[in-house]
Amino acid sequence: MLCLVLFCVGIYGILKNRNIIKIIVGITIAEFAINLFFILVAYRRDGRSPLFSPDETISPMVDPLPQALVLTSIVIGLATTALLVALAMRLHGKYGTYDIARIKELRG
Amino acid sequence: MKEGAALVPWFVVIPLAGAFVNALLGRRVQGMPALAAVVITFALMGLSLWAARSVYMDGALLYPVGGWQPPVGIAMVLDGMTSFMLVTVNTVAFAIAVYSRDYMERYTSKGLFFTLFLLMLTGMNGVIVAGDLFNLYVFLEIAAVSSYALVAFGTERHELEAAFKYAVMGTVGSLFILLGIVLLYGYTSTLNLADMGLVLAEQGKHDLIAMVSVLFLVGFGLKAALVPFHSWLPDAHSSAPAPISAMLSGVLIKSLGIYALFRIFYNVLGMTPMVSSVLMFLGTLSMVIGALLALGQRDLKRLLAYSSVSQIGYVVLGIGLGTPLGILGGLFHLFNHSMFKTLLFLNSGAVEYATGNRDLKRMGGLARKMPVTGTTNFVAAVSIAGIPPFGGFWSKLLIIMAAVQAGYLGYALWAALVSVLTLAMFARVMKNAFFGELNERWREVREVPGLMQASMIGLALVCIFSGILIMPGIKEAFLNQASASFHGGPRYAEMLPGQGPR
Repeated sequence: MLCLVLFCVGIYGILKNRNIIKIIVGITIAEFAINLFFILVAYRRDGRSPLFSPDETISPMVDPLPQALVLTSIVIGLATTALLVALAMRLHGKYGTYDIARIKELRG
Repeated sequence: MKEGAALVPWFVVIPLAGAFVNALLGRRVQGMPALAAVVITFALMGLSLWAARSVYMDGALLYPVGGWQPPVGIAMVLDGMTSFMLVTVNTVAFAIAVYSRDYMERYTSKGLFFTLFLLMLTGMNGVIVAGDLFNLYVFLEIAAVSSYALVAFGTERHELEAAFKYAVMGTVGSLFILLGIVLLYGYTSTLNLADMGLVLAEQGKHDLIAMVSVLFLVGFGLKAALVPFHSWLPDAHSSAPAPISAMLSGVLIKSLGIYALFRIFYNVLGMTPMVSSVLMFLGTLSMVIGALLALGQRDLKRLLAYSSVSQIGYVVLGIGLGTPLGILGGLFHLFNHSMFKTLLFLNSGAVEYATGNRDLKRMGGLARKMPVTGTTNFVAAVSIAGIPPFGGFWSKLLIIMAAVQAGYLGYALWAALVSVLTLAMFARVMKNAFFGELNERWREVREVPGLMQASMIGLALVCIFSGILIMPGIKEAFLNQASASFHGGPRYAEMLPGQGPR
């Protein structure tokens, strides 16, 4: 539920804001909402962390696969955010503003 | 593991290694990056043709990465559709690599350009061969992130603006796709595409599937630039360097958008009449709106970009029909569109290279000064407009026929109408840019360097002869293989060796 709210907050942030930096923050929030949701999907009631050792008794443990996937997805998110921030810096250098309403020379 | 399956991972490994080497050595060794890119893409083109042959001979191939058997391990899959897409992507990539060697002289840091180019190719090949959903997402992001960077390559005002817009929209699309993947994983507890299809078939439909369908439709629709989600495309395509516009329009939106969309809808979720009608509607909408917007453009590359939106509409309409003929026509059009749209973008790049101008109104008579560009552009224009002997005619005819057969007369009518609009649009391009009076300003214009010419001539030849792909005999070998992997539908899993129903 929290994830859904967070995701919506992120998307709202992307759509509503005119400031480039705030848009990037919105994207990051939405992304992390999905990551959190992924971990939640993997959760089992009373699960323990998915570590194997020989003397351990078998007990319910959380699904380890999504954790690996989330790790990958965080890395991808990092790459995207880095690129977006770099673009934002260059845009600021060229236009002298972060306001997207004033960065719109491309039309049609 | 069948013989020949071992070649599947090379489609990802070779360009990735090439990108890495280019990044390391590109600055030190003069001319190395371009040479490496040309050699690599040529090798990949040969490899993809060989892969298509081996799929035709022995059926689908499967390569378990690291020796882990699916559905647990990561799999790479090579079937009819995959090899078809690989041939398309790598042929276009080869032509573009040859072309870029001279074109990119105007920009600094060529090494970086070819690094990103190869990285994008890695991502696209990866999306195509990926056998599980999360890998597909990872490769999709590799291709997408490198394409954002490539659009911004000129680092001028327009490039940056377009790249930012593209990056934000692309990222949002990816987020939707990721959310869809998470929901599907939560429902089926597997990520392998084939296995997922089986589990879904067993468990039956659930409301969740409808939500996942919508998420994928939005996500991949953004990547494929279907009409309600198309607004990034004209900016990105017209701002990027010409070879990259060609790459984006020719293959990126197809492998990331169309291929992934239909792979998931046909082979995993299963095509329902609901989804099919939504896709056909979106396809037709893209077709009409793209063509109408293209008609009003003065900027040559922007016109081409809108016409891409319109032609993608044809492909989606054809494949969305779901009948064997429709799928065949859609795929054939996809191939044709890759070829002629790449050629058109390369031509526009050649014009820009020679004159430094993309405004249609200020061109004129260039065919006399640039005979090769003029001729190849003519070939591509008649092919896209659907004049009979060329490939574009046959694929459009197939799509329209399929629509009539399936009883969608309205859609068929729109498709025919848009084809006329396309003709009008390209007649205008030819008249304004290449025929007619020679504009005084271009008296000193010279034809572009030899390698660029060679690449354009090669693509023009493919355009001319792509019509024979539909002839009996050749059709069975290539196109039917590809469409078979779609109308197999959920039986996808059975076609893969060692992965029958459990």
